[in-house]
Amino acid sequence: MTSKISEDIGQPAKSQEIVRVESVFFSYDGPPVLEDINFTINRADFLAIIGPNGSGKTTLLKIMVGRLKPQAGQVFLFGQKIEDFRDWFRIGYIQQKATHLESNLPISVEEVITSSLYAGRKMKSRPPGWRKERIWQVLQLVGLAGYEKKLMATLSGGQQQRVLIARALATEPEIMLLDEPTTGVDHQTQENFYDLLGQLNHDYRLTIAVVTHDYGLVNKHINQVACLNRRLIYHGQHEEFCQSAAFKDLLAGDHLVMHQH
Amino acid sequence: MLSTVLASGFFWRAILAGSFLAVACGLLGVFLVWRQEAMITHGLSHVAFAGIALGLVLNFLPLIVSLIVCVLGSLYILKLKQQTKLPGETALAILSSAGMALAIFLVSLRMNFGVELMGYLFGDILAISPVEVWLSVVLALMVTVLILIHYHQLLYMTFDRETALAAGVKADRLDKILVILMAITVVLGLRIVGLLLVSALTVVPAASALQLARSFRQALILSTIFSLISILAGMALAYLVNLPASASIVFLSLIIFLATLGGKRLSPALKK
Repeated sequence: MTSKISEDIGQPAKSQEIVRVESVFFSYDGPPVLEDINFTINRADFLAIIGPNGSGKTTLLKIMVGRLKPQAGQVFLFGQKIEDFRDWFRIGYIQQKATHLESNLPISVEEVITSSLYAGRKMKSRPPGWRKERIWQVLQLVGLAGYEKKLMATLSGGQQQRVLIARALATEPEIMLLDEPTTGVDHQTQENFYDLLGQLNHDYRLTIAVVTHDYGLVNKHINQVACLNRRLIYHGQHEEFCQSAAFKDLLAGDHLVMHQH
Repeated sequence: MLSTVLASGFFWRAILAGSFLAVACGLLGVFLVWRQEAMITHGLSHVAFAGIALGLVLNFLPLIVSLIVCVLGSLYILKLKQQTKLPGETALAILSSAGMALAIFLVSLRMNFGVELMGYLFGDILAISPVEVWLSVVLALMVTVLILIHYHQLLYMTFDRETALAAGVKADRLDKILVILMAITVVLGLRIVGLLLVSALTVVPAASALQLARSFRQALILSTIFSLISILAGMALAYLVNLPASASIVFLSLIIFLATLGGKRLSPALKK
């Protein structure tokens, strides 16, 4: 593919480090949800964040996109303190399956993507036709070419989720942060979805961090694992994780869904 | 008879103010309905009414006083909603009863402006003064321009607030802008269709448009068209058959709404 997107996403790294989380503590008016979390995500990593229910995975992701502020510790995005970070278009964030969307009312696929293109940053002047071209490219990438005019409400859950991926890709992010993106979607769609992420990671060196409870679904694509249970009980190479005590504990505690694929 | 109507200045003033207001209502209404805030205009109209009463008591341009009171009231509703975590409806109910109580109290201080006040209860577009026309035009234009400027951010946060926030959309600021625009529109609507019907003006055309629209942009365009038809044809109808303009405006918008419901049933293709 010679698209603009592939060039942009695959640009050589200015810095290898994309996200750094330092000594983060967080609680929602109660006992701590996250304690002393430290890790980094480097360019072109494909990181799976796993752990039992209530282990703080979603909270961690929300801290990484600035939606929650930790009580202690620091988060750096592209080397900048998160408080000073403004280039949010460099980060694609995808929440748990589309339950938060107001999708019963008429909004077309094209409009979903366009709204993200123009929101949150000053628009540079663009050649005419740029917007349409970009929408076509990202829809092509997620296998929904020709769906521009469709209403969101008429799409299946899996298709809606792919539109959200396309929306995130449209702003040329350098990292995608995904929170259980395929909950409630049928099995085949889930596999296709992770294949797509794997392809983006492999072909365009897109950095990806995904929160998931189904380790079996992602394990063929990832190279890093962060295992969370209030504390970070494991973070490192995927191959080593399978030999680790943390992995065996999770399996024994029935906290790891391992569909055989 | 028709020629004398067309020759009269007040008729054209009404048309001018009505058209601009129609566009503002049509655009704003779609966001309101989609954000499930349709009742906010109803609540704000009571606050605006208190402002009118205050203006009459102070003997100072009621429309301006009402504008100030209503904008402050709208910001207070927003604050109440955020701070108390009460449902928006409850915050609205509290403020609208406060507004109405204040209006009744102010009216009781001086009973002699009952007739004028009636004009704001039931609307009296044909009595609109030249100053009020220009005020309406300028403010309605401002509402329209601000919505168009923030169109993409508004759309993003209306559809998917959490992700919009993470993408750097300043949703809190936009909430404020939107609620202030509503307050302005309500005050303008008060003059034209009156307190009792002002929420119909923002909500009904938008609800009709959302029945048919196949994109958000289409919803905005249809809503504006429906709103324009209701206001302009409603005023013409009021003249021809001697009805109160406010009632015929709302009747027309309701007829359009019923027609869109019927149209949607007749043509299932439109649903897709």
